Parts: sequence; structure tokens; C-alpha cells
Amino acid sequence: MSSPLAALFGRELRIARSVGGGGAMGVVFFLILVSLTPFAIGPDLNLLSRIGPAILWIAALLSTLLGLDRLFQADADDGSLDLFIMSSTPLELVVLTKCAAHWTLTALPLIAAAPLLGLTLGMEPAALAGVAASLLAGTPALTLLGAIGAGLTAGLRRGGLLMAVLILPLTTPILIFGVASASAASGGTVPFHTPFLILCGLSLMAVAGAPFAAAAALRAREA
Amino acid sequence: MPQTEVRPPKTQILQGISAKALRVDRGGRAIVRGVDFEMRAGEALLVLGRNGAGKSTLLRALAGFLSLREGEVRLNGGAAEATLAEQAHYVGHADGLKAALTALDNLEFWARMLKGAAGAGLSPEGALEKVGLARVGDFPVAYLSAGQKRRVALARLFVAPRPIWLLDEPATALDVGSQAKFAEAMAAHRAGGGFILAATHAPLGLVDAKELRLDAVRPREAGDAA
Repeated sequence: MSSPLAALFGRELRIARSVGGGGAMGVVFFLILVSLTPFAIGPDLNLLSRIGPAILWIAALLSTLLGLDRLFQADADDGSLDLFIMSSTPLELVVLTKCAAHWTLTALPLIAAAPLLGLTLGMEPAALAGVAASLLAGTPALTLLGAIGAGLTAGLRRGGLLMAVLILPLTTPILIFGVASASAASGGTVPFHTPFLILCGLSLMAVAGAPFAAAAALRAREA
Repeated sequence: MPQTEVRPPKTQILQGISAKALRVDRGGRAIVRGVDFEMRAGEALLVLGRNGAGKSTLLRALAGFLSLREGEVRLNGGAAEATLAEQAHYVGHADGLKAALTALDNLEFWARMLKGAAGAGLSPEGALEKVGLARVGDFPVAYLSAGQKRRVALARLFVAPRPIWLLDEPATALDVGSQAKFAEAMAAHRAGGGFILAATHAPLGLVDAKELRLDAVRPREAGDAA
């Protein structure tokens, strides 16, 4: 059972690494967004370090969704999706594996880059660790929620914007608890683990539910 | 599913397919209705009809991409609990190949993804040789011609053996020599107890194939597009 999924995971990584695969696009977009913000806000270090976690989280949210509309679109266009439906591996597991590969390619470099970029925003070490930890716990939920939108828009031309419009409102709780736990790490009245555990819970809920929703959307694509 | 692997292979042989009163809707309109057919191991069924008669729709419904509105498909024998889609190969208009990967990588992936209960098939190298593409195995698919891509897609039929072949215009872009080779492969598949359902306008070289005419079985409805 694990062999088809391992093959799928490896294929996704190879495609992203190849020319035009867009593997590094998310983290480059993240870098640009975060480095542009201080130009817009001005060189007020106190203000920047206070809103730093929010900037990093918004940038992570947008760059995670950036490449996600292609998650199933490419497979729908070249007929691979049809063959996934015919394989004896459940489509839900195929969705989960594709999300895991996408997360590894997009979110993981972003989590590694976030503390470095946080330094440019004048954030304290505790806050940097808090942002990295909250992104690690929260980005799986972003990827999986986005997969539902990607599944719904897989049959449409230019469905990328529609997918963002559908999914962005649903990411509100993840954003709230993500920024809350990142801010709580550098002090405040709320202990770090309270919003952090809720964030973990949101990600676990997404892991449990989103593959079914996305697979159902993919199956209903043609009806 | 460890039980299906230790089961003796005899019980897994698919002996027949029977479809009764199939109806498939698309966009709220009946595209295929009242289709019946019976097949036994080794038989081929040519699905014929004018453009828009529902040939592709019927094959896509059998492959499990579209749900049947009415009717049922029964399998006689075959791997327990396996649906028709899990015992079938589908070759349609899209080749299911990633342009950035090599032909061998593509085939290796589908071999692992689609491998069924029927046991191991040809190696990806062997399958490419069978379709006459052994030399371009390490080429990215993007550089192959349309006919070569189709031959790589057909090589998928040999790396993961499945008893039912659902072929939608399989000979598109194939040259005469490849068509003859593919006709031989189809004959060998039927001789081994396989099933072939093909929608086509061009002759495929299938001997004693049954015919299913979709124009004849589908009553015209008011409001249908011509």
C-alpha cells in the first residue's frame, strides 16, 4: 500500500525540481512580501517588531496559496487524475500525499526562512522561535484547506483566483491562532501553549477532514 | 489487503462483464441511455457511433469517472472487492504523462501506482521496447512527438497488467507500423483472456469484435443538441 504513495511523493518532488516546476516560487514570493512590508510601514523598529508575527503569517498564508491552485490542475489537464481514480489506492490518500509533497516543497523552506526574515523586522529571539513553531503547526492546515479549493476548481480554466476567494475566508481561525501563539511566545497575558494547542487541533482537523472533501470535489468534477 | 495476495490466482480470473440498461447523464442531460452488452473473456467490443453519440461518455462511466444514473454493470469472477475501474486500464485523449519527466520515469510511476492483483507485468524498459521506443526512454516526454507520447501511454497497458482495456481512440497519431504492433498486442491480450472495449472511428484490426452502435440504442429526445 505504501509503495504507490511513496512513488507519488517522489514524482511530485521530481516534477517540482524540474524546469518550470515552480518548486522555489513560494519561498521567493514569501521573501519578497516580507521584505517589502518595512518599506510600506517605515523604519519604526518597535512597530515592526510588534507586528512582525502578523506580517510573517500573512505572507506565509499568501505564499502557501500561491502555487496551490496547480495542485490538481496539472493532473486534471494531462489525464493523470483519471488514472489516480482508477488505481486501487483511495483517492483520499492520493490527495493527502500530494498535500504532503506540496507542504514539504512550499511550507518547509518558508518555515526555515521565517526566523531569518523575522530578524530583519527586529523581532526578539523568543518571538522568532514562536513564529517558526506556529508556522510549523499551522501551515499543514493552510495546505489542506487550499487542497479543497484546488479540488473544486480543478476542472476550471483560470480557477486560481476563484480558489483563493473560496479558501481565504476559511483560513481566518488559523490566522488568528497562528498570530496569537507567535505573539504569546514573546510575552503577553496568554500562555504560549493555549493558542498553540488550538492551532495544532485545527491542523489535525484539516488532516482528518480535508482529504475527503477534496477527493469528493475531484470525483464530482465531471458530473 | 493481504488476503487477496495469498488467494490462488484461479478465482481472480475475470470471466465476464454484463451491463444492463446503462444511463449516463452529463450536465443534467442523458448522453447514454438504454445500453446493454455482454462480454466474455477474450472478447472485444467496438463502441461505434457518430460524433457526440456518447462513446467517450460510456467508456468514462465504465472507468468510474462518471456515475451511472441508471442500470448496473456486473462482473463475473475477478478479484474480490475490486471494482471494474480497479481492474481496467483507460487510454483516452490525454496521455497521462508528465512532460518534465522521462518516458521511463513516467512508466515506472504508473507501474507502481496501478499495479493490480494480476501480478507483475513487463518492466518499464521491456514495455518501451515493445512499443518500439527503447531508445528514447531517458528523454523527457516533452521532446517526444504526439505519436511517441501515445505509444508511451499504450506501454502503460503492459507494465501493470489489468484484464479490461478501455480504449478511447487508441490509435490516434500512431503510424501504420505501430498500429499493426498494437493490433498484435490487443490480439495477445484477448488470447490471454482479456477484455477490450474500444471507441473508435478508425479500424483497429480487432478480429471478430462485437459491435455496439450507440446511435441505434439511444432514442432522440426533444431539446437534444444535434
